Amino acid sequence: MDWLYVHMPIAGVDIFWPGLIILGIGVGIIGGFFGMGGAWMVTPGLNILGFPMAFAIGTDIAHMAGKSLVSTMRHGKFGNVDYKLGVIMIIGTVGGFEVGAQMIMWLERLGSVDKVVRYIYLVLLAFIAWLVFYDVHKKKKKEEEARRLGRDPEEAVGVEWHKTLHKIKIPPMVHLNVAGIYCSAWLPIAVSFFTGWLAGILGIGGGLIRMPSLVYLLGCPTHVAVGTDLFEVMISGLYGAASYTYKGRTELVAAIIMLIGASMGAQVGAVATKYIHGYGIRIVFGWAVLGCALSIVFKLIGAQVPAYKTLLDNASTVLVLGLVAAMSLYIFVRMVIGAREEIAAKKQGRAH
Amino acid sequence: MKRLMHFAMSLLIIALPSSSFSAGGGGEPIVIVADTRWTSGISHWWATLYNESHLYFTIVTCIIIPVVGVIFGVITDFIMAHIGIDLTKRGHGGH
Repeated sequence: MDWLYVHMPIAGVDIFWPGLIILGIGVGIIGGFFGMGGAWMVTPGLNILGFPMAFAIGTDIAHMAGKSLVSTMRHGKFGNVDYKLGVIMIIGTVGGFEVGAQMIMWLERLGSVDKVVRYIYLVLLAFIAWLVFYDVHKKKKKEEEARRLGRDPEEAVGVEWHKTLHKIKIPPMVHLNVAGIYCSAWLPIAVSFFTGWLAGILGIGGGLIRMPSLVYLLGCPTHVAVGTDLFEVMISGLYGAASYTYKGRTELVAAIIMLIGASMGAQVGAVATKYIHGYGIRIVFGWAVLGCALSIVFKLIGAQVPAYKTLLDNASTVLVLGLVAAMSLYIFVRMVIGAREEIAAKKQGRAH
Repeated sequence: MKRLMHFAMSLLIIALPSSSFSAGGGGEPIVIVADTRWTSGISHWWATLYNESHLYFTIVTCIIIPVVGVIFGVITDFIMAHIGIDLTKRGHGGH
């Protein structure tokens, strides 16, 4: 069975290559669907396949750059990317990320930075999950009310914090045509600075925070939030790939093998947004955030109770990989069902 | 404008030493060398390039990654379009 293993010339380890392709397909589908890089899923996966941690991070970022480029192109063709918003947000993201990274170095000198970061991460994820499910609950309530009053329930929207933020009229004002937003340019800059700062502190790409921020703070439709976020991930991914590779921590052979699966999966995930509507995406996203939060809880308990550390670390990895498998399968099945219905409708249309 | 320039310059003078302090103190970075004894063909060339220049290695990586992504992305596009999926319209998205 030697042919199932490929030698990684830089990391110096033999890796089970079908595992890389399967992992790539899974995170590609999820990334293309939610608009995130998915480092929290890939890094433990690569680690399990046998990569040293430093190479796992670098290889993940390198494949992320290629994958997000493909899904940005697809979302761009669907009209899901607000490039103007994306470019404005780069200013805030870069500034915020740098401030966050500097703060981490400052915290590092004070000690116990890891614990602080994990707790902030956990609180943030719990808040995002709560927000998503609260939003869904509020929308359902409004739908019921609309039905009672004889109005169209389809028009009901849950949380609308962005409406309050849109009232801030500090010039210059900008029209974001694809997102359908008219607001002060300082709003997307402030939101991206905030999300960039959090990403810098937590040492993550930021898609997990940026996507819900685009929806709830800026008021982007879910599809546009996904597409625009991928545009940001693509730019930060390319920068991160260059940075990690220059430091010698990227295993390109593995990144390419993963990318074969991920670029195909990313297309599937992006096309799936055609068939799963805005709130459907939000609900699945909420489950993804909950899974991520739970895996961190396991790691935190493991750090407190050394006797169960190995068990809880393994449980955390199994949970993350199980979540990747379950969600990508769900998205794939929904996409196949949607595509079949579309093709059947086309054939019927031709018959008439 | 002159005041703004002065402010920016003083900010730079204050910020530079602090950023170099925060970045320093970690000692020499670990240098990883690829073992080329067990490699051949492209893999050997690849490992040698890594050992000789991280800069060239980075440039080649930053070219290969997007190209491979786009090639396989286009192949998937072609397969999905061939099946009959409409890749030109998003359809109804909802909020």
